[in-house]
Amino acid sequence: MNIKLVKEDIESALIRQLERISGEDVKKCYQCGNCSAGCPVAYAMDVPPAQMIRFLQLGRGGEAFGAGSMWLCVGCLQCYSRCPKNVSAASLFEALRQMRLRSGGGHEEVREIPLPFLKGAPQQALVCGFRKLVG
Amino acid sequence: MARIGVFVCQCGNNIEGTVDTKKVAEEAQKLPGVVYSRNYKFMCSSPGQEMLKEAIKKHRLDGVLVSACSPHMHEKTFRKASDAAGLNPFRCEMANIREQCSWVHHDRTKKTGTVKGNDLTRMAIERLKRNRPLKKINIPVTRRALVIGGGIAGIQAALDIAEGGREVILVEREPSIGGNMARLSETFPTMDCSQCILTPKMVEVELNEKIKLYAYSEVEKVDGYIGNFTVRIRRKAKYVDEDLCTGCGECIEKCPFKAGSEFELGLTSRKVIYTPFPQSVPNIPVIDAPNCPKFQKDKCGACAVVCGPKAIDFKQKDTVVEEKVGAVVVATGYQMMPNERFGEYGYGRFKDVISGMQFERLASSSGPTGGEIRRPSDGKVPETVVFIQCVGSRDEAKGVSYCSKVCCMYTAKHTMLFRHKVKSGQAYVFYMDIRAGGKRYEEFVRKAIEKDGAMYLRGRVSRVYEKDGKVVVCGADTLSNSQVEIEADMVVLATAVVSRKGSDGLARTIGIGSDRHGFYNEYHPKLKPVETVNAGIYLAGACMGPMDIPESVNMGSAAAGKVLGLFSSEEMAREPIVANVNERVCNACWDCVVACPYSAIERFTVKNGQGDVMGMHAKVNEGVCQGCGVCVAACRSKAIDLAGYTDEQVFAAINAF
Ligand SMILES: Cc1cc2nc3c(=O)[nH]c(=O)nc-3n(C[C@H](O)[C@H](O)[C@H](O)COP(=O)(O)OP(=O)(O)OC[C@H]3O[C@@H](n4cnc5c(N)ncnc54)[C@H](O)[C@@H]3O)c2cc1C
Repeated sequence: MNIKLVKEDIESALIRQLERISGEDVKKCYQCGNCSAGCPVAYAMDVPPAQMIRFLQLGRGGEAFGAGSMWLCVGCLQCYSRCPKNVSAASLFEALRQMRLRSGGGHEEVREIPLPFLKGAPQQALVCGFRKLVG
Repeated sequence: MARIGVFVCQCGNNIEGTVDTKKVAEEAQKLPGVVYSRNYKFMCSSPGQEMLKEAIKKHRLDGVLVSACSPHMHEKTFRKASDAAGLNPFRCEMANIREQCSWVHHDRTKKTGTVKGNDLTRMAIERLKRNRPLKKINIPVTRRALVIGGGIAGIQAALDIAEGGREVILVEREPSIGGNMARLSETFPTMDCSQCILTPKMVEVELNEKIKLYAYSEVEKVDGYIGNFTVRIRRKAKYVDEDLCTGCGECIEKCPFKAGSEFELGLTSRKVIYTPFPQSVPNIPVIDAPNCPKFQKDKCGACAVVCGPKAIDFKQKDTVVEEKVGAVVVATGYQMMPNERFGEYGYGRFKDVISGMQFERLASSSGPTGGEIRRPSDGKVPETVVFIQCVGSRDEAKGVSYCSKVCCMYTAKHTMLFRHKVKSGQAYVFYMDIRAGGKRYEEFVRKAIEKDGAMYLRGRVSRVYEKDGKVVVCGADTLSNSQVEIEADMVVLATAVVSRKGSDGLARTIGIGSDRHGFYNEYHPKLKPVETVNAGIYLAGACMGPMDIPESVNMGSAAAGKVLGLFSSEEMAREPIVANVNERVCNACWDCVVACPYSAIERFTVKNGQGDVMGMHAKVNEGVCQGCGVCVAACRSKAIDLAGYTDEQVFAAINAF
């Protein structure tokens, strides 16, 4: 990947809004990788938590939004509990989801989910799923 | 017959684990001359030492052998105990049955260890039997110090020695003291202004009656030894009479000619008669003769015309002075690696690629831009600045292998200074690792990133080129696994801190060692960090390796402490383990003079009462001799012996094996 770094991206409104929603300051992260190390689902993510934060630091909102990782985060807060700088990658994933859903992307209508699937799925999965996908 | 006592130490299980100390003691007892022998758990403990003292008295021992650890460890301890019991301390010796025996044997049946323990003990006893009581050597001490280099380290050392009541001669090569610190804008990690904390100290040096300052001078020769050095100092011609000059600055003002300013690192020019910077100490200008038309073409002379007190003296010559001192502190500092070596970063080709030290001048309120960050090419205020760390440092191929230690911190400082002065600016930093070990240092770097928004990129720069008035920087950010490109207005290179050009020459002049990078060697990297192999010569500051101001000041004070300790009495006692020449056997071949690494042997001429030369022989200066024994080995006529390690002793030990 070849990127051109400019101040406007680093301080873009998009990143600021993400920080406002999540309550996190991406500059605080020093890329130690603890979040990626402890994340139970990082193995399945295309962009693991630490790298997602790095993209946000560089002002590369597009890379962060384009990644599927936000839908895999289960919000267990392992990342946050281990972070030496008290940054919650989970909160940033949550903010990414919120922003995606608010802009109309990734939204699911409960009515359109087939009943047999809903009946068969475990309760916990449904709660998580609704929280993430219904917005 | 000798009356020797032998004490074999178990050292807990350290020795006892593989050496049967009781057996070793019993074996020793059988040797002629040994009147007392035993083993004990910890000889170095207080009860152990008491036991040794009591035995000396009770059995009227005239020699003591402690078979225990390395003499490096406890020889002093046992010699002191012997001394306290009335035995000459040099009649106490050690056999090393720990480091050289028990620790290298694994045989838990103790068979092999015990055999070797016996051998070592027996050999040492034979050596001890032929030992003679020795007396410490007293040599006089000249209680004045020489400090070479007037940077912050040298200033601190000079002030502390003067504070301790001793005279100091401070020799500085440049027209003013202050060194590199005088160039700095604000200093990490507290961000106080460098000049504001440095100049009061410089003035203190000038006002202190105990400090004699030779600025614009260099040390040419150092002779002698600890407590008794003679130094030759060349005072370069300033062409200004120091006694007459009032420092009014009229000459500088009226001088019509200019040359590049060394102090401002070429960012601006200075007059041909100049002081390096306004707060110079001493505040006496010098004439840069190679650039002055008066000297080159006998034209001008404006300075002499305007000088009220008639202090200008075009005929002035270098003078050489000699001073006697008892100790020397070397504090000659560092310089920056020439940036031109790093073509890929465009230094020298692009005006807006500058060095970290040049950035200090741009940020300094007394600098060429009055403290505004303006780029050299067109004087515009840069909005985007890229800082590149490790330029030359940690680069075995093209630079130096070591880490320059201060660059991570001063680069963070630079990004802050830039952001404070250019509120809308954005700083980028290319780094490999961030090294911020030190009190409040890590927090300082984090502040640069989190509060002042510096964008740190972990990776190297591959290319720098100019495009439409911008300097484009291409590099990598390994954290996001991407190549990045930044259109910058200015680029700052954190070039390596290196030793001063010619530092090895000075090392030879004063007789100290330097490493392959030209930094001076401390005696021991941990336990003797300010001493050198040459007793009486100490180190302070960045001449020993890259270091920051707090460390340089620490070292300056530490060296001063050592000097004051040495000066605490008029005489100093030295270990009597020195070489002696048997004058009647010496055939004056001078092999020993050549072999001696400490220049401790002189060619001595024997004269009779009428002054006729009767002969020559080698003579050892006991003040300089370190007792290494090289001369003993070199001597063809066997005229030299080492006190405490005579040939007779050594051969007896070998024969006992
Ligand atoms: C860009 C940059 C920024 C820095 N910023 C900071 C900072 O913010 N905070 C901090 O703590 N540290 C900082 N440092 C480090 C700091 O500069 C050094 O720690 C300090 O200057 C070392 O002092 P010194 O007295 O050992 O050497 P120097 O300052 O080099 O002084 C040595 C003196 O000896 C003189 N000399 C040399 N050879 C001879 C000779 N043969 N005879 C007589 N005199 C001689 C020289 O002229 C000089 O005056 C920075 C360094 C750099 C490169």
